[in-house]
Amino acid sequence: MIPAKFDYARASSVEEAVRLLSSEEDSKALAGGHSLLPLMRLRIAAPTLLVDIGRIKGLSGVRDKGDAVGIGALTRHADVASDATVGREAPLLAKVASQIGDPQVRHRGTFGGSIAHGDPASDLPAACLALGASFVAVGPEGERVIPADDFFQGFLTTSLEANEVLTEILVPKAAGARWSFQKFNRRAQDWAIVGCAVVQNGLTRIGLVNMEAAPVRAKGAEEALADGASAGEAAGHASDGLEPPSDLNASSEFRRHLASVLVRRGLEEAGKS
Amino acid sequence: MTTTEAPPEERVFGQRLLRKEDPELLTGEARFVADVDVHGALYIALVRSTLAHARIVSIDVGPALEVPGVTAVFTGADLEQEWAGPLPCAWPVTEDMKAPTHLPLAVGKVCYTGDAVAVVVAESEYQARDGAEAVVVEYEPLPPVVDLGDAVSDRVVIHEDLGTNKSYTWELSPDAEAVDRAFAEATHRVHGHYIQQRLIPAAMEPRGVVVIPQPFGGEYTVISATQIPHILKVMLALTSGISETSIRVIAPAVGGGFGSKLDVYAEELLSLVLARRLKRPIRWIETRSEGTQATIQGRGQIQDIELAADADGRITAIRVKLLADMGAYLQLVTPGVPLLGAFLYAGVYDVPAYSFSCTSVFTNLTPTDAYRGAGRPEATYAIERAIDQLALEVGVDPAEIRRRNYIKPDQFPYNSVAGLVYDSGNYVGSLEKALDLSGYGELRKEQERRREQNDPVQLGIGLSTYMEMCGLAPSRVLASLRYVAGGWEAATVRLLPTGKVQVVTGTSPHGQGHETSWSQIAADRLGVSPDDVEVLHGDTAVSPYGLDSYGSRSLAVGGVAVAIATDRVIEKARQIAAHQLEAAEEDLEFTAGTFRVKGSPEKSMPLGAVAFEAFTAHNLPDGMEPNLEASSHFDPPNFTFPFGTHVCVVEIDTETGGVRLRGYTAVDDCGNQVNPLIVEGQVHGGVVQGVAQALFEEASYDSQGNLLTSTLVDYLVPAASEFPSLTTGTTVTPSPTNLLGVKGVGEAGTIGAAPAVINAVCDALSPYGIHDIDMPATPERVWTAIQEAAR
Ligand SMILES: Cc1cc2nc3c(=O)[nH]c(=O)nc-3n(C[C@H](O)[C@H](O)[C@H](O)COP(=O)(O)OP(=O)(O)OC[C@H]3O[C@@H](n4cnc5c(N)ncnc54)[C@H](O)[C@@H]3O)c2cc1C
Repeated sequence: MIPAKFDYARASSVEEAVRLLSSEEDSKALAGGHSLLPLMRLRIAAPTLLVDIGRIKGLSGVRDKGDAVGIGALTRHADVASDATVGREAPLLAKVASQIGDPQVRHRGTFGGSIAHGDPASDLPAACLALGASFVAVGPEGERVIPADDFFQGFLTTSLEANEVLTEILVPKAAGARWSFQKFNRRAQDWAIVGCAVVQNGLTRIGLVNMEAAPVRAKGAEEALADGASAGEAAGHASDGLEPPSDLNASSEFRRHLASVLVRRGLEEAGKS
Repeated sequence: MTTTEAPPEERVFGQRLLRKEDPELLTGEARFVADVDVHGALYIALVRSTLAHARIVSIDVGPALEVPGVTAVFTGADLEQEWAGPLPCAWPVTEDMKAPTHLPLAVGKVCYTGDAVAVVVAESEYQARDGAEAVVVEYEPLPPVVDLGDAVSDRVVIHEDLGTNKSYTWELSPDAEAVDRAFAEATHRVHGHYIQQRLIPAAMEPRGVVVIPQPFGGEYTVISATQIPHILKVMLALTSGISETSIRVIAPAVGGGFGSKLDVYAEELLSLVLARRLKRPIRWIETRSEGTQATIQGRGQIQDIELAADADGRITAIRVKLLADMGAYLQLVTPGVPLLGAFLYAGVYDVPAYSFSCTSVFTNLTPTDAYRGAGRPEATYAIERAIDQLALEVGVDPAEIRRRNYIKPDQFPYNSVAGLVYDSGNYVGSLEKALDLSGYGELRKEQERRREQNDPVQLGIGLSTYMEMCGLAPSRVLASLRYVAGGWEAATVRLLPTGKVQVVTGTSPHGQGHETSWSQIAADRLGVSPDDVEVLHGDTAVSPYGLDSYGSRSLAVGGVAVAIATDRVIEKARQIAAHQLEAAEEDLEFTAGTFRVKGSPEKSMPLGAVAFEAFTAHNLPDGMEPNLEASSHFDPPNFTFPFGTHVCVVEIDTETGGVRLRGYTAVDDCGNQVNPLIVEGQVHGGVVQGVAQALFEEASYDSQGNLLTSTLVDYLVPAASEFPSLTTGTTVTPSPTNLLGVKGVGEAGTIGAAPAVINAVCDALSPYGIHDIDMPATPERVWTAIQEAAR
């Protein structure tokens, strides 16, 4: 398909991007375009102005920030997957990024785009929830930091304002943490039918992929673990309180089942790491 | 028929040459329809029905005409006068077959989502698409028919003028009483009920067409992503009323078809009549999501197969009942697809009694038509699944039940119960080789271990032995099946003054590598390098007549025509050489591209020199016409019957229902191989397409007839990551029915693969008491089957 008509502007700084985004009601930031453009081509999204943030300097790359790893919003999945600092301090992210889509997607798609899009089927949001990451956003009033737990609101909706630009993802260092990432799909290039990211650092945090309208944590399983349940028992609570979507790949019921299998496997694998 | 070795290395025929076509394709130099830039072209976009079944109440084109760049909008009613005939169906399989009128733009009502109702013409593609969005169509919804059972009931009749949804019933029942008797006397009876889901062909290149009119010369050049330039040309003439002499069809580089481009489509006709009407070039390039709806789909059958067998499991009769989904209309060969399978339900087995009946119905879904294998994968699936059920019933290994039933090598040529004469075969040889290559014995042991240990990951091993009829087709047989054309193929071979060779073929390659193979055939006979042979194709101005490429026919019919024409050229060259060397023709020998007088090797004349003499015509035998050129129109005396055995190994994660392909062995026999590398490529692609049907692909519709898999995110075409490295092997059993001993391999992989995979899945699940599963065997289906079996 071919998208509806739109205007295009390229921003050279975050401030300019914020200004451009504020200038029109139906404006959208364009990063890697790998989530936005498919929607536009199907005419599900029809923004009137695209603000290309792709060439803003300083928004990509990984920085060691002492107790956190800072990942620029424009950092591509492929770069996250191969970055030494990420590999050392947050190896879960490297693993997750290496399994996103196919090589083309990994070389175009950006970390920030994946977070800002808020797609429940995306992997990085779940990983960020499990890691307790937070997101730096810049808007007309300046900068604010939003914890992952407060960020994902509903289907493709986040707490990011329409004229805010996500600039950086802050991931607390967790070099000693045990972790696992489980992704179940039918083709390697696909989104997860269900996925889960497990991080154990004293407490256990579990992020789920495609188990609700928004990226979520498996609170039921986390609480069961905190109460001393075994991996198998806790996994049985993986979808407590959740309403998984139903689609061609899996019914809601099957997703619940898959979540319990994947969370159990995730906990077992993390336990071994 | 004995198994022979491939031809010796020094011959060009049989060499694994790299494909001539590839450098252009790999560097992006090849030009597809979308690459054809035509100055002054108008673009069209179609307004397509959003409902599966509805009456058109009104169409408001006004808003579209206000979109910048839009120059005209036409509805079905506006163009009704342009057509000299409806969209063609060339295969009225029975005298009383019911065929609805199918116009490029629907008039009055729409019959599937995607049915075109109006066409927008604009100065650019974007403007045309915007214009199409702006057209307002008011529909009165009618109840859609999406289920085959519902269609048969005639609860809702889609084409009111036909009075029924049944298009035809076709039967092949040489001796019904013998079948009944065999079932009455049988020790074992098995019944299989299989669903052949609809598939979206998803060729890498979508369809597209450009029509360039010459208003004063009166000629129309039609450039189309088609498999059938020659057939298209005739059909365009018949439907538009434009003289056949004024239409030239060019198939440029074409990126795959699998049958989906073996058709005459609304967009081709619309582009032609709009070019006539507006006197400007017209251009249309399909989008992927448009293609999922408006390009034909494959399969779409419900099969009931029954086997009767004696105490040892020898099959004594087969009874088959089909319900076939034609979709909303009949496309070029839609009704014939089930017939192509009808002759093959006995597969590779020596079966004495057989009856077949097929009822075909209309539904409110995209029309179906030939898709890689066309009828034959369906037939093979049914028999190869059913024989596994028989093995279970009798209590023997799937390999053993096959051995007991095969037609034996010494039974060829074999008169099949369905009325075919199988040319040659060695089915048991192919089975043993495949078992050997796959390590069958070890696999069974591993399977046993996993079962004993209750491993959550279970192993399944599936076999299929297939046989297919290729080389479409002897024209007289086509006549008996009521197909409106013949099945011959044309070739011209021409020596140029410099000694280079031109081969003109009526086949129309779209990925198969004919340029390479045809060069090898001609070069091998002429004793020249294949690099000195040029193959011309895909342009009706270059090859005035031919019957194009489909049905694994190109080599077994078209390739043989090239060989015959080449031999005719050599015969003429021999006369010229004899004249020039002052020797008798029978005293000349022709080796390595040179004529020599036997016994006096110093008296010789290379073919190039003969070509030059033929060209100058200064000194030819009296009465001989100049130039060195010959043609052949080869009408094959019989089909060819390639065969093979595939062994599929799957691992099933019983906790998630995930099926992983662990190994795949394909042993194929396509007779003599012109180029084993190309054979392997065809097998690889074919196997992947068959596995795709078994595990991944399905055109899914909701109850209202809306396509749910309209993009490649939802319609799961598998990629390399889903496959292990395939193990391929071959046996070579030449066909005795043609000069080259070749059979064809374009569809083989697809035909063999789907049953091998599902047999493997069922084999893995058999300890759970699961013996059948619908395609595609998705994780949820597998998991649900396990849950239900446990209850
Ligand atoms: C074939 C395919 C397969 C895929 N498979 C997977 C998969 O397996 N797992 C997975 O997780 N993802 C997958 N993806 C999605 C991919 O990771 C996307 O690239 C990513 O989700 C979005 O990043 P982007 O840079 O392309 O964002 P864009 O498409 O450019 O933008 C997405 C949205 O975020 C907004 N946005 C982007 N950047 C910012 C910013 N810095 N500040 C504010 N708003 C912003 C945009 O306005 C837009 O609304 C796949 C995509 C494709 C096409």
